Amino acid sequence: MALTRRLMLWLGFMSSLAFVLALLLPTPGLAASEVREFSDPVTEQRYRDLTATLRCPKCENQAIDDSESPIAGDMRERVYTQLQDGRSDKEIIDFMVERFGDYVLYNPRLEGRTLLLWGLPVALVLLGLLVVTLIVRARRHASARDLSAEERARLDALINRERTE
Amino acid sequence: MTRRLLLLLPLVGFLVLGSFLYLGLSINPFERDSALMAREFPAFELATLGDPDQVVDESLLEGEVTLVNVWGEWCPTCKQEMPQLLDLAERGVRLVGVDYKDTRDKGRDFLDTYGNPFEINIFDPEGTLGFDLGVYGAPETFLVDRDGIIRYHHTGYITPVDVRETILPEVEKWR
Repeated sequence: MALTRRLMLWLGFMSSLAFVLALLLPTPGLAASEVREFSDPVTEQRYRDLTATLRCPKCENQAIDDSESPIAGDMRERVYTQLQDGRSDKEIIDFMVERFGDYVLYNPRLEGRTLLLWGLPVALVLLGLLVVTLIVRARRHASARDLSAEERARLDALINRERTE
Repeated sequence: MTRRLLLLLPLVGFLVLGSFLYLGLSINPFERDSALMAREFPAFELATLGDPDQVVDESLLEGEVTLVNVWGEWCPTCKQEMPQLLDLAERGVRLVGVDYKDTRDKGRDFLDTYGNPFEINIFDPEGTLGFDLGVYGAPETFLVDRDGIIRYHHTGYITPVDVRETILPEVEKWR
């Protein structure tokens, strides 16, 4: 009985987790309509990744692979030609940031002024863990330690009564 | 007592988060500084709108404070902006146009219809100079100082109020 219940709980938890993870998965860009020829699948994947992480400067909440705006088309074109020229991902991203600013980065860089942005979630998780540990510890000790001699005697009596009954 | 106060922590957290989100509502995402601020005007080599054989480059902008306005015949707000640019030209501000992603005929027609405040127009049919300027829509205006450094950037339509309150003071500041 306890086992089935535990199994059900576990299944419920895992399916909710899967659902949340599915929501977090990026949806493939649908708007980019150009047909691109790539010499190898690695470059093609890099093109997909780059156009999915560069943000369209005109449209606020779309990556350039998801936007019909002319500037997004121009940016895809530049990403493509620069990949053909053998430029690295970093060079291509730097090229875009030089012109359009940090705004085009969906993944902000780790630097002085983004420390809070990157650090805060980690700090909060650590703080949460600390609080939980402290609470658990306090509870564990509290039950045994805080009994007076009188209470202990009563507790022993109760336990003994149960055993003999 | 301290335990009671601890219970207020989630409320405090909520209020802090709420006020950040509330402030976020009034931020205009289009009002952001150009990535080119305080940097040199990008290098280019393009023909002028008037004469396909006349090629100009970034040295065009040296020696005098210049407003570079990126426009196109296809851009409706550029038409509404023209009276303000003509006003600026009349007040002695040097204006250089970038005819962005346009055709020569349409660009010339535009100037015939709405007036020409520009000393010269750089013809940028492919949008290459526009791309190097980080232009993502027209009109956009850049103030370039006498050393060719970008000092001010205005995204979108310049209103008569903008002319008085920001553009003219900025021009004076860098003169």
